[in-house]
Amino acid sequence: MAALTVELRAKRFPALGAAPAREVLGPLRLVVEVGETVAVLGPSGCGKTTLLNLVAGLDRDLEGRIERAPGPIGLVFQEPRLLPWRTVADNLRFVLGPLPDAEARIAAALAEVELADARELYASRLSLGMARRVALARAFIVRPSLVLLDEPFVSLDQPTAARLRLLVLDLLRRHRTTALLVTHEPREAVMLADRVLVLSGPPGRVRAVREVALDAAARRDPALVEAATRRLLADLLEPTSAVDAA
Amino acid sequence: MALARAAPPRPALDPRRLLPLASVLVLLLLWAAAAAAAGSPRLLPGPAAVLEAAWTAAASGDLVRHLAATLARVAASFLIAMTLGTALGILMGRSALADDLGRPWLLLALNMPALVTIVLCYVWIGLTEAAAVTAVALNKIPNVAVTVREGARALDKGLQEMAQVFAVPRGRVLVHLVLPQLAPYLLAAARSGLALIWKIVLVVELLGRPSGVGFEIHTAFQLFDVATILAYALAFVAIVQLIEWQGFQPLARRLERWRR
Repeated sequence: MAALTVELRAKRFPALGAAPAREVLGPLRLVVEVGETVAVLGPSGCGKTTLLNLVAGLDRDLEGRIERAPGPIGLVFQEPRLLPWRTVADNLRFVLGPLPDAEARIAAALAEVELADARELYASRLSLGMARRVALARAFIVRPSLVLLDEPFVSLDQPTAARLRLLVLDLLRRHRTTALLVTHEPREAVMLADRVLVLSGPPGRVRAVREVALDAAARRDPALVEAATRRLLADLLEPTSAVDAA
Repeated sequence: MALARAAPPRPALDPRRLLPLASVLVLLLLWAAAAAAAGSPRLLPGPAAVLEAAWTAAASGDLVRHLAATLARVAASFLIAMTLGTALGILMGRSALADDLGRPWLLLALNMPALVTIVLCYVWIGLTEAAAVTAVALNKIPNVAVTVREGARALDKGLQEMAQVFAVPRGRVLVHLVLPQLAPYLLAAARSGLALIWKIVLVVELLGRPSGVGFEIHTAFQLFDVATILAYALAFVAIVQLIEWQGFQPLARRLERWRR
């Protein structure tokens, strides 16, 4: 059974005041197999976050169906969304609950994101990069059957974003987690995903689907990722591309 | 760099800190002068006479006994009003239905004179401790509810969604996510609540209780004993201020610690 199946006919936002109802996502089919990472790539405003909200169950108003394998979801929002008045460790404890092995899991999760020293800091005192890493630790600590990543590297300086991408790559591989990543950065999609779903819009529609044939080592090599990204973009611009014609 | 330079160290005797003290001193002097000018220790006793009345009441044990009785009533009605008012405020802040249904009741309760609530409670429940505490709590619940409702309306939606996605149980969400956001509102309600509640408790005691500061003031009023009235009033003001310094201020600092 697939980890996630999305068969969307349409997603509309209802009319609000003077603004008429509008279609944010068009017909869209997406299947994510267990252990696979799929990136949804598209310009801002094409409904990527809306798609993630539908998958996460935050929005249940849709035409179509979404099926998910049972198990917890780990969602990394665009903003870290930590409890600022709680410490880093307490933020993880908040989603974990009073489990007998909670402390060991918190220590392990913080070590994974290289924040072992920050466990007693208030979340309000973290830099954005640190807060994002806590948000990542929070998503993985619940042992999710599906991780959702919503532009997890935006608003970061280049070196921080690069380090964080490598970290996500490691986390996904180590936990063998199924993941759905939403991004507007082709490089990010190529580096992290096994498959890239290219959306156009609004309203968001699938323009193309591409496999990324890079092994684990190649994904850590900026030059190879860059080359693969260029190939992907060139392929997308090619008007006679088979998938585009379909 | 000029901007990076540390602020000069504060002088040991900061004039800003001495000003309130000086202002209290001026008030005492004005009071003493007015008392001397009035020339009637019965009508307007000076600070010394009030201190003497307080000392007499303290020595007989009356002061402590009545202060304790009043404090107990204040504490009981405060706890009830804060608990019920908070619950009501959260409910109305989170649910449009509850808000629509509750708003007319709240309006009625907010504008009901305290005296009417007190008299009705005594008439319907009887001249009992339960009636007294109920009357005071009923007076304060709407204020707490209105303040907390504002806080509940301003709750961070993003954090709420986070808790929802991670399927965090309701109790944990309330303690770690909702209440910390409501803390400033709860603190505001508690501070203004304490000031309001102790004044209403005095009225309740005056009208139907055989103990407490309100009862003593009533007795002193019948005897035209202005010094005792002032002694009890000032003693209670001092206690309320002590609660502010030793209770609310440290609590506020603790709650604000995460803001650095």
